[in-house]
Parts: sequence; structure tokens; C-alpha cells
Amino acid sequence: MSNQTSDAILKLQNVHTDIAQYHILHGVDLCVERGAVTMLLGRNGVGKTTTLRSIMGLWTTHTGDITFDGANITATPTPARARAGIGFVPEDMGIFTDLTVEENMTLAAASGPLSPARRDWIFTAFPPLKTFWTAEAGNLSGGQKQMLSIARTMAEERKLYLIDEPTKGLAPAIVSTMAAALKELKNQGASILMVEQNFAVAKAIGDYAAVMEDGRITWSGTMQELASDTTLQEQLMGLSMEASA
Amino acid sequence: MLKTLLSNDTPRSKVLTIVVLIIFLGLALAPFLFPGVRSLDTAARIAIFIVLAASYDLLLGYTGVVSFAHTMFFGMGAYGVGLASLHMGRGFGAILVGSLAGAALAAAFAFLIALFSLRVRAIFFAMITLAVASAVAVLVSQLSWLTGGEDGFTFKIPRELGPANRLGEVAGVKINGKLLNYYLIFTCSLALFLLMLRVVNSPFGRVLQAIRENDFRAEAIGYRVVWYRTVATCLSAAVAALAGSLFALWLRYVGPDTTLSFSIMLDLLLMVVIGGMGTIWGAAVGATLLVLAQTYLQDLMGSAASATEFLPLLSRLLDPDRWLLWLGVLFILSVYFFPTGIVGRLRGDK
Repeated sequence: MSNQTSDAILKLQNVHTDIAQYHILHGVDLCVERGAVTMLLGRNGVGKTTTLRSIMGLWTTHTGDITFDGANITATPTPARARAGIGFVPEDMGIFTDLTVEENMTLAAASGPLSPARRDWIFTAFPPLKTFWTAEAGNLSGGQKQMLSIARTMAEERKLYLIDEPTKGLAPAIVSTMAAALKELKNQGASILMVEQNFAVAKAIGDYAAVMEDGRITWSGTMQELASDTTLQEQLMGLSMEASA
Repeated sequence: MLKTLLSNDTPRSKVLTIVVLIIFLGLALAPFLFPGVRSLDTAARIAIFIVLAASYDLLLGYTGVVSFAHTMFFGMGAYGVGLASLHMGRGFGAILVGSLAGAALAAAFAFLIALFSLRVRAIFFAMITLAVASAVAVLVSQLSWLTGGEDGFTFKIPRELGPANRLGEVAGVKINGKLLNYYLIFTCSLALFLLMLRVVNSPFGRVLQAIRENDFRAEAIGYRVVWYRTVATCLSAAVAALAGSLFALWLRYVGPDTTLSFSIMLDLLLMVVIGGMGTIWGAAVGATLLVLAQTYLQDLMGSAASATEFLPLLSRLLDPDRWLLWLGVLFILSVYFFPTGIVGRLRGDK
């Protein structure tokens, strides 16, 4: 049930991942189309974050194949996956609190110095980062930390962005800023695989959707198809997007 | 100019700036401000231990790696200079060869340990370094034909650095080879300290800090954590070995107790923790405080005990033999009042 397309930048085939003694992913099949936003949806604990971390190599996949940009990366170490062009925004933000905002951004641009044009674009998307550029990241508010976490991935152009719940626990005003920035990223033609619980944001940004249940993809198709069918939403996720938006 | 020299990592606190200035001026002018053999010896020890603590902080404070093998590297540098001087004869060439060989051996040892153990959990790495350091200390004690065993050995340093080399008198202070030796050690220590400041404030140092805080995230950005940890371990070991070379040059003696003992390792931990982990300035403050306490606390307590003779209980508590107890109390108080170390507190961190 994968959204098989001809121009997939990322393809997961029968991916199984264990965390300690727990078998979390039970054969994930997923395609992420180039230049589009694919939303990974599902209830809590179904394996969405594990899927992203498996793609990044932070959890080891013991069975199955992960193909990125035409190359099999299943056995590739995490730093090499990052250098190949995968940017990852983790759920816990993972910013370096002892370093300044500037140092966080500089570190994220691992292949070379952060270009002024890119920095200005990030400042436009996330104005607080300009204000707190030389401040320690640990002193930022929760929303600002999330902005930094996403901005860090934008520090250089990536072939694929993996974004895990970017609006989780944020105030509505910050959610709007975040959604606008993600839309801007999408408009630039970025390929994105995003886990999102806020269905309003998911609906507004997503082109495709994949729904997970018990460590598998149980449905995939266009976001429009899912958004327009409340029966399907309730059947797949136990609630409708309209109700939770 | 000064900012560049300090790699833009200034003390960032008025009080800390004053403290650092006092330490710097105190060491730079030690022979003139505090004449006497004992005070000069204390100043040299402070200069050397600042470098040793700074190199350990690169590992512990900046990279988050707990190692108990740091005195082993310190010892390698010391034995390098000692053995080179013994076998090549006195001379600057022997000191240079011994120092470089000691640093290279320390870096090579660190590389091997890191290669085999940095992939395991931090606690296992710490245990492996402890085991290797203990094994090397035992080996050095056993190989008496080479190392002098438990007794160690004395060796000759260049005549120019010896007390017999008299050069005159300045401001009532005799200028001799010993003084030149002190300034050689002071200059080398200063250079190594500035090198450590440069390293931790370089892009490499920032990656180390990122790894310390969140190694998974650093990997996800594209940094090879094991490679960075390995380089940091080797660099830290090489600088520790150079500090050991300076120590041997100062003492003109090497032995397991002065360079390889576990008590030096504990002192080192205290210096870094008291000064403030993750700040090279903390190493300077911590090393100065601890060396001063170790040298003068007994004297201070002796004077206090005499002054309080009319209060028998207090006088007995202040007996100089109880100096380790009071050092422990001072350590507990400093950890309680300065949980981020003295420098962390002075800089107003957290």
C-alpha cells in the first residue's frame, strides 16, 4: 500500500527495526516523492518517529532496504547519510544549548560556511533568530528553540528533510510562523517527509499522506484524498481531521 | 591583539578577569614577588598543572569523555625527557627529542585506546582507561632496568638551566639557570595554554561541545563522532605528555609517584571540577587553587592552630596533620556553592 511513484527520492521496502527487545517497525513500505511533502500520520506509538530515525540511521534496520536518491543507504552510517543530503529535525529539537544560535547554525552548515543569502532567508522565516543570534540557545523559549531546530536543517540545501512533529506543544501564533516557514520551504521545491499531529497543518502543507498502524504503513495516497474523506480518516486514525483541526 | 591571542574567549567577568590577571602576573613575576625555592617550585607546579588540567578539560569538559589515563600520558612525557637525557646526555636536543617522543607515544597510545573503546558507553571507556593506566604504572615499576622502578631516577638537564649557571642579580634576586628554567617552563606552559584556548574555540572545538551535549544529533548533522572523540583524545594526551616533559625538566627526576600515581589523577579531577568543566579558564583557576592549598594549607593551619591554642578543641581541629580533612571540606563547599565551578559561577552561567 505504498504511494509508489516514478520519481521517488526515498524508498523504504519492508523495513524492520527493533529498539532493544521491542520490534517496532514490522515491514514499512514507503515512497517519498521528490519535490513534494509527504505527511506521515497515525496514532501515538505506531512507529512514526522510529521510521524517521531508521531513515537517518539512528536506529539500525535489521531487515529491508532504504534507498535514497537512487542509492541503497541501509548500511550507511548516520553522518554519511547527513552528508548525502538528508536533514533531520528531531522531535526533541536536539539543539546544542551551550552554544549560541549562531554557533548552532554554523555547525549545521557542515559542508561549508553559512551563506549570507541563506542566513537572511532564515531570518525572514524566523525573525526571533536574528534577535537572539549571539545568545546561548539554552536561553531561548520553547518556540524559538523549535524555530532554531528547523532553521538549522535549512542552513544548507538538503535533498530531503525529515521533520518530526515541528508544531508539538507550541502556542498557536508560533504554529502559524512554523507552518508559514514550512510552506516557504515547500514552495522552494524541497522534498519533505514530516510527522505531524496537527491535522490543520498537515492538510495545509502535505501533498501526500501515509498512515501508520502497528509499525506498518496501512494506507497511502494524496492528502486531498484523505482530507476529503472523513470516514476514511476515522477508519485509519480513529478521528477526523475536521474534528481535530 | 589580546583578543586574538585569547581566541576571543575572554574571561567575560570582571572578577574572573582580575583573578586571571593575578594568576598570570603572579606566575610571570613569581621569582621577584615571592623569592625563595619553595615559592618558585609552587609557581612552576601551578604553571605545569594549569596545562595538564586544561588538556584534561578538553577531554572531560569539552568532549564529555571520562578518562583515568591522563596521568599515564603525563608520565610518558616525563619519562620521555628523563630517558632521553639519561641516554643521549644532557642537552636541549635530548629534551626536545624526549618531549616529542613522549608526546608521540602518548598520542599513539590514546589513539589505540580510543579506537578500541570510544564506541562503547562512557562508563566502559572510563574503566578501560583506568585498567590501562594501572597496567602501565605497574609495568613502569617492574621495568626497573629501564625506568628505575619504584625509585625512579634523576638525570641531568642542560647546564644553562642549572643553579650553577649564575648570571648576576636583578632587584635583589639572583639570576641563574634555575630561574631560566622556570621562565622556559612558564613560557612553554603559556604557549600550550593558549593553544588549548585556540583548539576549544575553533570549529573543531564547537563540534566537540556539540558531541558532548548530544552525540546523536551531532551525528545526524553529519559529524563522525568517533573520529572527533579520537582526535580530541590524542590531542589531549599529547598536551598532557608535554606538560609531563616540563615537569620532569623542572624536577630533574622522574618516578611513578610524581608522574603516574592515581592521586595525581584525583587532583586533576578536582582541579577541573572546582575550576569549572568546559572552560579552559577553569583549569587555570582550579589548578592554582589546588596546588596552593596542597602547598600552603598545612602552614596556614599550623599558624591557625598556634593562634587558637587557648581553645583546645579548635586548635586540635586545626592541627596541620588534619590538612587533608580541611581540603576535603573545602572541596565539598566549593562544589556546593559553585556547582558549575568557580568560572561557571563567575561568568553567571545557569
